[in-house]
Amino acid sequence: MDPQRWKQEVLKKYPSKVAKKREKSIMVHEGADNIKPIQANVRTIPGIITQRGCTYAGCKGVVLGPTRDIVNLVHGPIGCSFYAWLTRRNQTLPPTPDSPNYMMYSFSTDMQDSNIVFGGEIKLKQACREAFELFKPKAIGIFSTCPVGLIGDDVHAVAREMKEELGINIFGFSCEGYKGVSQSAGHHIANNALVKHVIGLTDKAVEGKYKINMLGEYNIGGDAFELERILDKCGISLNSSFSGNSTMEQFERAHMADLNVVMCHRSINYVAEMMEKKYGIPWFKVNFIGAEASAKSLRKIADYFGDQDLKNRVEEVIAEELAIVKKSIDEIKPRTDGKMAMLFVGGSRAHHYQELFNELGMSTLSAGYEFGHRDDYEGRRVIPTITIDADSRNIEELTVEADPMKFKPRKTEEELKALEALDFNGYDGMLAEMAKGTLIIDDLSHYEMEKLIEIYHPDVFCAGIKEKYCVQKMGIPLKQLHSYDYGGPYAGFEGAVNFYKDIDMIVNTSIWKMIKAPWEAEPVIEAEYAA
Amino acid sequence: MLLRHTTDKIIDREALTINPAKTCQPIGAMYAALGIHGCLPHSHGSQGCCSYHRTALTRHYKEPVMASTSSFTEGSSVFGGQANLLQAVETIFAVYNPDIIAVHTTCLSETIGDDVNQIAQKARDDGKVPAGKYLIHCNTPSYVGSHVTGYANMVTSMVKHFSARSATRKNQVNLITGWVEPSDMREIKRLATEMGVKIVMFPDTSDVLDTPMTGKHEFYPKGGVTIPELISTGDSKSTIGLGPFCTEDAAVLLDNKCKVKFDMLELPIGLKATDNFITSLSRAAGVQVPESITAERGRLIDMVTDMHKYLYGKRVALYGDPDTLVPLTEFLVTLDMKPVYIVSGTPGKKFEASLTKVLSKKVPEAKFKNGERADMYLLHQWIKNEPVDLIIGNSYGKYISRDEDIPLVRVGFPITDRVGHSYFPIVGYNGAMNLVTKMLNMILDKEDRVCPEEKVELTM
Repeated sequence: MDPQRWKQEVLKKYPSKVAKKREKSIMVHEGADNIKPIQANVRTIPGIITQRGCTYAGCKGVVLGPTRDIVNLVHGPIGCSFYAWLTRRNQTLPPTPDSPNYMMYSFSTDMQDSNIVFGGEIKLKQACREAFELFKPKAIGIFSTCPVGLIGDDVHAVAREMKEELGINIFGFSCEGYKGVSQSAGHHIANNALVKHVIGLTDKAVEGKYKINMLGEYNIGGDAFELERILDKCGISLNSSFSGNSTMEQFERAHMADLNVVMCHRSINYVAEMMEKKYGIPWFKVNFIGAEASAKSLRKIADYFGDQDLKNRVEEVIAEELAIVKKSIDEIKPRTDGKMAMLFVGGSRAHHYQELFNELGMSTLSAGYEFGHRDDYEGRRVIPTITIDADSRNIEELTVEADPMKFKPRKTEEELKALEALDFNGYDGMLAEMAKGTLIIDDLSHYEMEKLIEIYHPDVFCAGIKEKYCVQKMGIPLKQLHSYDYGGPYAGFEGAVNFYKDIDMIVNTSIWKMIKAPWEAEPVIEAEYAA
Repeated sequence: MLLRHTTDKIIDREALTINPAKTCQPIGAMYAALGIHGCLPHSHGSQGCCSYHRTALTRHYKEPVMASTSSFTEGSSVFGGQANLLQAVETIFAVYNPDIIAVHTTCLSETIGDDVNQIAQKARDDGKVPAGKYLIHCNTPSYVGSHVTGYANMVTSMVKHFSARSATRKNQVNLITGWVEPSDMREIKRLATEMGVKIVMFPDTSDVLDTPMTGKHEFYPKGGVTIPELISTGDSKSTIGLGPFCTEDAAVLLDNKCKVKFDMLELPIGLKATDNFITSLSRAAGVQVPESITAERGRLIDMVTDMHKYLYGKRVALYGDPDTLVPLTEFLVTLDMKPVYIVSGTPGKKFEASLTKVLSKKVPEAKFKNGERADMYLLHQWIKNEPVDLIIGNSYGKYISRDEDIPLVRVGFPITDRVGHSYFPIVGYNGAMNLVTKMLNMILDKEDRVCPEEKVELTM
């Protein structure tokens, strides 16, 4: 079906007011040279069945969740802490059996009705003291849930007081679930707090000649481990990771790096921007999803440092790794070539994973983000044209200035100019890499998803756990791109090979062809012979 | 070590919960509402609640879990969520066309004081609920009780909205099920059928959260109690509530509203609780217990006598929900096992009273606690002080299990890392046989793995 007609058919089902709103979030792409604006990062229509979650999820779950040596204390009723307990698959590897690791623990003030009526600050303070007594962490993060903001508990004041009393770093996040329109607001709030309370606390950088920070990589399924392996092999030192397999110390020393590279633009671009202003660290976008993309990103980093030894080493590593990748793709591609994928997830994955599908010879017919903004679709150049609505205005926009002591330009103006091709502060977005005629849908509703599958029958649909079994009941395999279906890593070179194998497995799973029972396909009872 | 910071030094915590043995009300309401045929549960709060609840239920059942949300923003939190809920009702009926929307609240909408009753009435008055369709609701503030309370509140709301008494009584018995798996609901229905008793069972998530693969996604699967059935509960001869935490409120309301007497039982987990259920059902319906059920019971007893020595005296730690833990503990005592540590985050004095009754004679050393800070951290600390042979609870126990090398039998919610719970029951005599099998397999697998080589036994 012509995608334009698909869109019109789908919109018919909605009440007219709803259709009018959804109309702007569904777009038939006119090609990379004719990128049209799409509506994104706006409120979800109540009742529509969305993929989205809340601000708390983006703050606690996504950005702060993967750091192992901070006690993340959730101030609220029990559910919020319970649901974010070990559910995002951020792996972590403490260096010794005694190294702190609180990621297996769920901490909550378990607010009761009396706390709602009389306030929860006293309980929160006591919870901090108890966490300190039992765990002796070097930091405690306090996360606000919906009722906290409504009853007016001041988590920041409590954090200051407890920081003073206990002598460790304690800071709060006003990440109440109702803020913003999706997880995205929570990313921003988390970024702000890291800049305010953590980054810059210690000047002891990681050892090494080329020091980078990896931003927006969360070590789902061990992605960060694979990237650490590759960087290490190239001789590039990872000064800090935001935040896969990270520690507080890494955040504290982040300002000592020579370069920030950004994986998931949506969730972490604020930190990159602020660190550039405050400390003079340039940043550019990289993508380690896809073998070719990984090679390209490594070259970008080597070009930034400009050192011939490093460039040579990076080329050696790429050659060595790609040889292994090629062997895998040569074997698998004949079984995946020409198949079709759809991706509806996150704020960067729906873009980056198209790389991996391209490598498998699979095309992407339709894609969209769950909580992306217009710049994630259309590229950062549209940022000045994005209207700031009431929901975005509620999220603090931190103003930072050059740190009088710690600001240090990493490159001169001339050097940066010479490196323009690296596209500092740039991100072209998803649409620049998608084919003309593809269907772009922001904040896909359940109904739209069913219609996509019904009409286009993709070979694989990529989304999350809430969508997984609906899609699979329709006879189409769903690949979870939040949790990787408990597999991975998918980043880097080894990750690419893992992904090829997993997609090969799911698009060629035998059982899908056996849904119909033999007697449903044809009658099994033969006519009885008359005696 | 995964839980490397857990030590045996227990302090008296006053504020901090660590590794909870409960979650919040709305998810229980969502699960219960899925047990009504043609129902779309609706979460009146911010998007995260609905997303988290659907996610947790989906991971447990590996099935579609459909529900919608009012998608609160900061504005709705200030001005109230009425506009959101009205918009949601309109959108849902237009796009997803359920027979019934079951709204539950959240800590957000409760804290700002949204009057859901009034908003629902306004939705009806404004014609947003099409003819023949229903909109029901219940209040589920997350800062009161637990997920169990939310389940109970939604079940009670079913009675409140639907149960009606007509001129003629029906020859049927109401079974109100506590929070169990679809497999358990199916088994309870099978037992009733086997006894020849006509029942109305609610909620009923069998054929909703254990549906077959057909190549089609049935948005409203064939299972679930129907609205005519729910209405007819007011005409039933009597009610049996299975699990007081989940069903007592509903049973009491049904009695008050329609004068249907009730018998309040524990969930039929284990021998005695199943005996009580069968006896109660037999009395309520006035039917003899068929020989086939007595034979099922006999097979359970036979299995236990065969393998009793491997269970005898085994120390067990349990965590989960009161309605499951009380009969399960009782069953372990029946097997001469020693349920020594039991925690449940769900508050309620009944828990302590019931367990005291079950344990005081046979296992006087047992420690148990429920409510605030009765969490898995405390349970683990107890284990650190004196170990156990077996742990029974949800998937979160695997971290303790691995650290302490104690086998874990998965019972409860959520079970996210194994399958089977939604297909194979733990209620009834057959369910009890499943439980015994699971426990034995765990205990004997460990024995085979760790015993000295010369002690490995072929036959056990």
